[in-house]
Amino acid sequence: MAIDTTPGTTHPGGGTPTGAASGRAWWARPGMHTAIVGAVIGYAFGHFLGNWIAVPGPNSPATYQQIGTADANDFAIVLGYVFLVLGWLIGLGVFTDPVRLMRGRRLSDAENGNGNGKGGLARYFRFTLDHKVVGVQYLVGMLVYFCTAGLFAMAIRTELLSPTHHVFSSSTYLEIVGEHGVMMMMLMTSVILGPFGNYLVPLMIGSKRVAYPRLEALSFWLTIPAYLILLSGIPLGGFHTGWTMYAPLSVQDTSGMDAPLFAFGLMGISLVLAGFNILITVICYRAPGMRWSRIPMFVWGLLGTSVLMTLAAPILVGGMYMALTDRTIQTAYFVDQLGGSSYLYQDVFWFFGHPEVYILALPGFGIVLELLPVFTRKPLFAYKVAAAGMIGVTLLSFFVWQHHLFDSGINPDMRPLFMLTTELISIPTGFIFLVGMGTLWKAKIRFTVPMLFCLAFFWNFLIGGISGVFVSDVPADTTEHGSFFVMAHFHYTIMGGLIFAFMAGCYYWLPKMMGIRLNQTLGKWHFWLMFLGFNSTFMPLFAVGLLGQPRRVFEYQANLQTLNDWVSVSAFVLGFSILIFVFNFVWSTVVVRERETANPWNSRGLEWQVPSPPPAHNFERVPVVLSGPYEYGVKDSPPVADLSPPTGVLTAAFSGPDHLVRSEA
Amino acid sequence: MAETTQVPQAGPGEPSHGRRIFLIAIVLGIVADLLLWFVLGPHLPPGTMTNSAAENQRAIKLMAVMSAPVVVLVVTYFVYAMVVWRHREGDDEDGPPIHGNTRIQTSWIVGTTVVVLGLAVYGTAALWTANGAGAGEGPAPIFNPPGAKLTVAQQKAPWSPGQVLVVQVIGQQWRFTYRYPQFGSFETTELVLPVGTEVQFDVTSLDVIHSFWAYQLGVKADANPGVDNVAYAKPAQTGTFTVRCAELCGLWHGAMFNYGQVVTVSQFQTWASAKTIALASITRILNKCMPYNTTYDPTNFPANCRGRVLLQLGLTGSGGGFYNTGDPVQP
Repeated sequence: MAIDTTPGTTHPGGGTPTGAASGRAWWARPGMHTAIVGAVIGYAFGHFLGNWIAVPGPNSPATYQQIGTADANDFAIVLGYVFLVLGWLIGLGVFTDPVRLMRGRRLSDAENGNGNGKGGLARYFRFTLDHKVVGVQYLVGMLVYFCTAGLFAMAIRTELLSPTHHVFSSSTYLEIVGEHGVMMMMLMTSVILGPFGNYLVPLMIGSKRVAYPRLEALSFWLTIPAYLILLSGIPLGGFHTGWTMYAPLSVQDTSGMDAPLFAFGLMGISLVLAGFNILITVICYRAPGMRWSRIPMFVWGLLGTSVLMTLAAPILVGGMYMALTDRTIQTAYFVDQLGGSSYLYQDVFWFFGHPEVYILALPGFGIVLELLPVFTRKPLFAYKVAAAGMIGVTLLSFFVWQHHLFDSGINPDMRPLFMLTTELISIPTGFIFLVGMGTLWKAKIRFTVPMLFCLAFFWNFLIGGISGVFVSDVPADTTEHGSFFVMAHFHYTIMGGLIFAFMAGCYYWLPKMMGIRLNQTLGKWHFWLMFLGFNSTFMPLFAVGLLGQPRRVFEYQANLQTLNDWVSVSAFVLGFSILIFVFNFVWSTVVVRERETANPWNSRGLEWQVPSPPPAHNFERVPVVLSGPYEYGVKDSPPVADLSPPTGVLTAAFSGPDHLVRSEA
Repeated sequence: MAETTQVPQAGPGEPSHGRRIFLIAIVLGIVADLLLWFVLGPHLPPGTMTNSAAENQRAIKLMAVMSAPVVVLVVTYFVYAMVVWRHREGDDEDGPPIHGNTRIQTSWIVGTTVVVLGLAVYGTAALWTANGAGAGEGPAPIFNPPGAKLTVAQQKAPWSPGQVLVVQVIGQQWRFTYRYPQFGSFETTELVLPVGTEVQFDVTSLDVIHSFWAYQLGVKADANPGVDNVAYAKPAQTGTFTVRCAELCGLWHGAMFNYGQVVTVSQFQTWASAKTIALASITRILNKCMPYNTTYDPTNFPANCRGRVLLQLGLTGSGGGFYNTGDPVQP
């Protein structure tokens, strides 16, 4: 049988953090430490193999005469990365269970939980299949990645304090710009789907598990090598292409260039896995009664995100692969003189890259629309319009990518079409505003910290969206393209949208995930400094861009120094606000550990109907969902779900015509 | 148009809220629009030095005037809501259970759709009337001024005032050089244009992707290797303008800029003939080894030319081609 209504039954991969511990000592069981050993051995082996194949020598079959020294051998570096990832995963024990199954062994309950031991911290450092553990792993990981990339941003603003005096060389500056851009754009794609999506989606749709726990765990454990490989570009000479890594330049660049190409491709695989898991979980693992018209908005947002991840990220993997083979084994996909085309790279990159920016927007829409009803104590205004907005953004985002190439000369006849599709996407985006504003109508707004972040989201995204209309228009874009205007625009949508929503999610759901309250006073300091610092940083950059400062320059016109200095100082304030958050996070969850009540926000969300943190299998029995999650103030509304339905009720629920009938075992 | 979207925000229940928000927003919106159009508008970048720049400015101004009321309205609504509908101490009741309002939803959707379609039509029309509004249009531009010169033969025919002036912009790490095919194809690092003349920029690159951004001219066209990217502008005023590279092209991208001049037609002719004479010996070698074309392949340099160019000009080439990082024509 597919739906399990009896308590205590374990699913393979359902997560058994309380399973029996393996007999071996902790250091002999696979975990992060063995993964590191595997990665080091893997890299050494791959690098050796690459040199053996490609560098002429007494024992080598090499014919690649143009490779002079082993250190500059891109082929060896890339093979090193490949085997590094392989060694990392082997060391982590990713392949242990599949190999056992292939050898005909059954997995014991403990092995299904992958030797997690009895809960405890250790499971967070192992290949754990419990979606709640993966969620927390993602949360910590994403914070580390975000802060690393944020430090690079601080370095950028330090260099731009003066138009002529330099803190960094032009090479170092571009390395920093590239590291900041790639790290933010590749790792922040999972900043909401990773922690909150993996943790909360099963809880929100009334499922005991996710569809593919192994893929889900794998998606997280790929982000760590992606992060480290990306950073390895610095000692290898850095890369000087920004996050777009446009092809003739990236083919020309030094060995450090292999790092972002490989890391971004690896992260692309992680995105496909993470997205596919959420997609199938939402479609197939909803509890009885969780109709499409009752799905929480957060889940709608992640559904759109998952579709984009699953369909767009493979294009990225392909593009990165082509760029790597151009750099290593002398293919010429992007080399004009050899029959390739630089347009091909731009096309492939943005065919992924534009859906990606909606991968970065949709989860934010989901979070704010999820939180608004809770803090306005009202039903969500126009639920169907909100869902339609998410779907519309998802679909349209595949048809706008060439607006990044308005001035490139590729397919100029198509510019009116891409101008139209780009402007059309502001219609479903406008739905989000309609829903938000409608929900505020005659509300009882509670200005909690998460609500403050939600309200700030609307301001930021309003500015980001409106400036998006400016750049969608070809004549206006002729001046704005490639300038700081564009840079300010997408920071407003991504930082002002995604990251503000992420912060709202942190303050809102950490009591659920950890049972612990973040300090609200520090939270308010964090919010106000971040909101003011953010706007004070990026608002002047619209003017800087319109006044003629191109992106990624380390020298600029002297008359723009005042504005740039203002921006830099504001950026440091913004950085400081993030520091407050990190301090608050560590202080509250490690030092103070103030217990929070089970449902501090008095939310109707299904995830809040179980204890905090939720038990191992989320729900003792699969709940039967009785009404939508936003029925605040509705007099005779039934509770959101029946958490211990009588045994017969499921049969009745499944026999109804409205429900997805699942096959019986 | 944006305002009509908002009329139904009056909503059910107490209509005075909606009317108040709307009144505040419309007053502020009109004030904002007047300020944007009459006070800030004339100073908006990139100015009116060419017809393309004027078109860019007009588009930015129009977008600003369209957007301001929307921003004002949304912000007014949010501020009003936060002030009037905030949670009062001791009130633990939930809010009114409003699930939607068909009239408001329909008007919002219709309103935004009309605005968006209007913008798309406007943007397309502006491309049409301003010959692509200064944006790079690729090798076969469809938005052309009369007399556009799209073949090598047309481009090499000698220029006389009133004709379209062809300037080939060659991007290379890390500078732009300019080749004037109508004047014997001499190549220089100076960009000089005659006023009142339609200028056709043929932008190409020898190595990586650059972007030719002549800020005050309102021209931006990517320089792609192996591609002739055409953009148009017709200078209306004399003066100096800035050229910057707007696409990251390597280490010295940030230092890749120079200044150009728009001068009178007679001054331009004087300058061009002086350059033709001064650069004659170099141009002869250049035209033999690198005859004027819409694109160049720096990896396929004629072998018998290499020695001469190296010896006489010091042109060594970056990335496997023509130039060292010094001045390519005056080493």
